[in-house]
Amino acid sequence: MSKPPLALEIRGLTKRFDKPAVDWLNLTVQTGEFYALLGPNGAGKTTTLRMVVGLLTPDAGSIAVLGIDALADPVKAKQVMAWISDEPMIYDKLTPFEYLEFVAGLWGIDAAVADARASELIGWLGLAAHAHERCEGFSKGMRQKVALAGALVHDPRVIILDEPLTGLDAASARQVKSVLRERVSAGGTVIMTTHILDVAERMADRIGVIADGRLIAQGTLEELRGQTGQDTSTLEDTFLTLIAGPAVAA
Amino acid sequence: MRAPGTLGWFARHEARLAWRDWLAMMTAGRRRRLRTVAIALLVFVAFMHGVAYSMVGRFADTSADPDKVTLVVITGSLLLSWSLMMSQAMESVTRAFYARSDLDLILSSPASARKVFAVRIATMAVSVVLMSLLLAAPFVNVLAALGGARWLSAYGVVAAMGLVAAAAAVALTVALFKTIGPKRTRFVAQIVAAVIGAAFVIGLQLAAILSYGNLSRIDVLESDAVVALAPAAGSIVYWPAHAILGDVTALAGVLAVSVVALAAAIAVFSPRFGDHAIAAAGVSHTVTRQRRWSAFRPATPTRALRQKEWTLLTRDPWLISQTLMQILYLLPPAFLLWRSFGEGTGALLVLVPVLVMAAGQLAGGLAWLAISGEDAPDLVATAPVPARAIVRAKIEAVMGGIAIVFLPFVAALALLSLFHAIVAVIGIAVASASATQIQLWFRAQAKRSQFRRRQISSRMATFAEAFSSITWAGTAALAAAGTWLAAIVALIAVGILIGARLISPHASAERKLRGALSPVRAV
Repeated sequence: MSKPPLALEIRGLTKRFDKPAVDWLNLTVQTGEFYALLGPNGAGKTTTLRMVVGLLTPDAGSIAVLGIDALADPVKAKQVMAWISDEPMIYDKLTPFEYLEFVAGLWGIDAAVADARASELIGWLGLAAHAHERCEGFSKGMRQKVALAGALVHDPRVIILDEPLTGLDAASARQVKSVLRERVSAGGTVIMTTHILDVAERMADRIGVIADGRLIAQGTLEELRGQTGQDTSTLEDTFLTLIAGPAVAA
Repeated sequence: MRAPGTLGWFARHEARLAWRDWLAMMTAGRRRRLRTVAIALLVFVAFMHGVAYSMVGRFADTSADPDKVTLVVITGSLLLSWSLMMSQAMESVTRAFYARSDLDLILSSPASARKVFAVRIATMAVSVVLMSLLLAAPFVNVLAALGGARWLSAYGVVAAMGLVAAAAAVALTVALFKTIGPKRTRFVAQIVAAVIGAAFVIGLQLAAILSYGNLSRIDVLESDAVVALAPAAGSIVYWPAHAILGDVTALAGVLAVSVVALAAAIAVFSPRFGDHAIAAAGVSHTVTRQRRWSAFRPATPTRALRQKEWTLLTRDPWLISQTLMQILYLLPPAFLLWRSFGEGTGALLVLVPVLVMAAGQLAGGLAWLAISGEDAPDLVATAPVPARAIVRAKIEAVMGGIAIVFLPFVAALALLSLFHAIVAVIGIAVASASATQIQLWFRAQAKRSQFRRRQISSRMATFAEAFSSITWAGTAALAAAGTWLAAIVALIAVGILIGARLISPHASAERKLRGALSPVRAV
């Protein structure tokens, strides 16, 4: 049986603004993996992910999503991906139901299939009571849930999230985490940046640490601890040790 | 330094904010542009003095003791200007209620809200006055240069009109608040502001069409009927007109009335301004339920995009009001069209360029909403749809909107003259496409709610859009008249488009990209 393609394979990825934001980055994520990308502010996490989903053009390097060259064939790569940013951008004048219908239309999903999936997601995320209300009065948590439903309605195989839990209350955060875990259990891949190290510690199969646009460490929590020589430390201790003295990429 | 919490301290704070806001508006946030802006302003001021000379130069010798016709014309023109000031002031007041900005900070602080809002109302009045003075300055300067220093008293009249406009705007907006509530006031106030700004002009044009079959406002004001109906020459109503002509007593009276009006508005309304702002803050939390349909409707990505654009537009009455206000000015030509049935095609020469100009302006607004005012840009950009298809769908949405608005006009025109209808269709299509293309070249991501401030992102785009619409309208006018000179103006319009393309950020980005050795190196 042939090995499934990597969910994400980044080679020599480089992006400069005034200074290098991402500097010859190499990173791989396995299919069916929950991968957390950590790093201090300005490390290049968001820039990296925005290049992966096609929101930024790299200066150099290659990106492959499930074996698809995302730079050569971005439309095909986007078909299997979903992107959620920390600031959920939804349409105030559309209802969650209409938003999902729009997203399904963009991804070219069969209307009947998308309809069933949307109803399921709306119920699952506790949005049923608000499904036909315009989003303009929604709280940040509700907006994030609508954005998440939009990301899932086209059944992506790779979900990429940038700080998805920022500003969410405990109940909403738990719901989002549970949805993401479900996706991974179902064979999907989740790649997420977060500053909440507890979440990364508890949820991620593997963790990548990025600083100054370079991957300075990658592996399971145990592997990262091994790199710092602190076998019983928390991820927070490990992370702070790693970014205090950048090592050679794992 | 003034003591914190005093009127003077708040006034200094407001003045600083207003100055920086203006500076950002003029330079689009780029300080390096300051010199360019200053040069452009100087050129513009010189140009406006030329325009003023051609418009009012011949009136410089008007007697300081005018007849009734002159008084009626001056007073009518002042009323017209005042209605525009009032419109601008209402917009400022509504914005002050609904833009949260620093209201949370102010209302949660132990500072006196009454003082803050007293200063804020005064600041609004000052901004209306300054804007009016700036616009009036070329005309006053030309009159003073040609007719003597007595004309400088017009500055005082303009300032007084600005103060009264601000006072009336505050009173009217608060009255709306109290009668129809905060939720409806935002929308209604915008409509009322636009209608007030346009009503007087449109009313005079309609009267001119009825009386003289043209769009001239002066013809109406000078007509025997209007002069006969107007108050006697000694009436207090003509004080502003007398003041403009240099009557110092009248000027003092006008200024005194305006200062008292503004002071009264501040005294009456500033204590409750905070309450209204708090009430307005609750508006965004109201729930709007939409009709539910049974299932998703099948859609291709481009159809989904088009449908989304139209849905968002039709669900935002504020945006509709802002966009369609441009169409308000189509009422007089529509009326002229109606009056022209069976009376030859002379009036159509006026109609065709008006339709083309309006189409260009409307398309610019719609294109901005669809292209720059995309509220979920990441979602659309990460969808598996080629960028070209996304842009095409958005252009189709814009053109569809234009077609819906202008088709009835063109159909009516076709009944009168097929030739003029064809010219109008071509002109509308070309002007709309040009305005849309300019918006594409100058696109910069923004929230739809920033629609009114869209010009700030690029002055160049605004000017290019306006000049493009004007030149295409000129082309259409000449084409409708059947003269080959239309080709020359069309070439100028194309030149404007080429110029806009060359100076657009899109072009400079492409130049940079071409300059790079290798934009994306494969590994």
